[in-house]
Amino acid sequence: MAEPENPVASEKPEPVRVYRHRLPVRVWHWVNAVTLVVLLMSGLMIFNAHPRLYWGQYGANPDYAWFAVGSTPKTGFVRIGETRIETTGVLGRWTDAKGAEQTWAFPGWATIPTGYSLADGRRWHLLFAWVLAISLTLYMLWSLFGGHLKKDLHIRRAEWGPRHIWQDVKNHARLRFPRGQAAARYHILQKLSYIGVIFVLLPLMIATGLTMSPGMNASAPWLLDLFGGRQSARSIHFLAAWALVLFFLVHIAMVVLAGPVNEIRSMLTGRFRLPPERDQEA
Amino acid sequence: MSDLILPRREAIARAGGLVAAVGALPLLAGCDAINEAPTVRKILSMGEEMNRASQRALMDRDALAREFTRADLSPTFRSNGTKLPPGDAYAAHAAAGFVDWRVQVTGLVARPLSLSMADIRAMPQRTQITRHDCVEGWSAIGQWTGPQLSRILAAAGVKDSARYIVFRCADRLGDALYYESCDMVDALHPQTIMAWALNDELLPIANGAPLRLRIERQLGYKHAKYVDTIEAVSHLGRIGAGKGGYWEDRIDYEWYAGI
Repeated sequence: MAEPENPVASEKPEPVRVYRHRLPVRVWHWVNAVTLVVLLMSGLMIFNAHPRLYWGQYGANPDYAWFAVGSTPKTGFVRIGETRIETTGVLGRWTDAKGAEQTWAFPGWATIPTGYSLADGRRWHLLFAWVLAISLTLYMLWSLFGGHLKKDLHIRRAEWGPRHIWQDVKNHARLRFPRGQAAARYHILQKLSYIGVIFVLLPLMIATGLTMSPGMNASAPWLLDLFGGRQSARSIHFLAAWALVLFFLVHIAMVVLAGPVNEIRSMLTGRFRLPPERDQEA
Repeated sequence: MSDLILPRREAIARAGGLVAAVGALPLLAGCDAINEAPTVRKILSMGEEMNRASQRALMDRDALAREFTRADLSPTFRSNGTKLPPGDAYAAHAAAGFVDWRVQVTGLVARPLSLSMADIRAMPQRTQITRHDCVEGWSAIGQWTGPQLSRILAAAGVKDSARYIVFRCADRLGDALYYESCDMVDALHPQTIMAWALNDELLPIANGAPLRLRIERQLGYKHAKYVDTIEAVSHLGRIGAGKGGYWEDRIDYEWYAGI
């Protein structure tokens, strides 16, 4: 707006640093990152034991699967409803690290462990499920009582406006990220996705996971009613896992586009360098 | 048509293999080394202990597994594991309709029993329509009929020193006979029955004829089939390789399979 009168202003302005991420945010972020990777990869191993998904209370090989990974003598495929997609080399038929052809659903590089072992996949999955549940519970409590929710994630009334949201969508599409003081706060899409992950997707993963436990079903049968049966819960568990993968991919893309060094440093030390305002840039 | 596509498919598969071999092999080998380290195995097994302890501590020990209606039955009840026990002895029993089949009730009991199938069918029966959950992920709903295990144990006068019930089976897998075990909480649970009927018919051979365990709050591999011995013990260490079950001994499935 106003032309700088100060001749010093022609020099580069001092970058403004803010303390952006408090310790609990940083600790949980990295614990959760490792936990989710282990849970995903061990979960894919468990899926390999029975690569079919159903809706309802029951579902086994004689029943109709709405989703299945399979193989023919030469190919691998994914079937969603009646649509078959060939996935040779990646899903259903792939070559392992020793050069041997395998017909498990997900390839060795995507699973824990790399070679088929349902028992080991379950060991990893069911231990890290505890890490997820405990760390998420603590983080939710801290968010609630430590002010994170109110200060950082709370969506103000003005932000709910469709025009405001649309503006943020457009800014993202044009890769125009907030600068100056605006970059010190989360914007609406960021708030929605973080709230979605912390308060919707992750609790959904835990709840659908518990719904698959026969012991849990006996003491909390309402879980079966909530999700429409054990096999429905298994399907939702699978879909929600891929929603988390999608979040992860967009998250990584945003970090790279917004300046990976600054972003990653802020998640390690907490300190974030605000990108200078545009009019100061020239 | 498929001849034209085939080379491309193979090229993709081979390229994938090459990438895996060159790029990821050391990384993957590293991951698997972690998986097999004894300390890691010990840490991993904490999950099972936490699941067992929390389910036992937080849940009603007599809470019932959901019972369904006939309308909910799986159209076909899938079988798994042994579908036909090998050997002439079992074949002879099957041919004779299991009239000479005996179930020994032994171990820490006041009155060891040798029950015929007629004895078992003469006891008070329980019929329940429940969901069978395989560790692999699939589920099937079936109707089971048989006496409660608690009645059989009471008839034999199970001693207070008994902490586990071991189920020995007639099906040989590789080098050993199948077996399973459970603690007294599940052994005395009202839905824990020795089933001889599935969906109002005699138990099919593929599903464990003539007698199998139903332990409704645990996964399928705990539901021992072809049971010929029920043994009350104080420790599991001396049985099999000591982990309480055929698959537990061999590939490290959890002994507590409530999740």
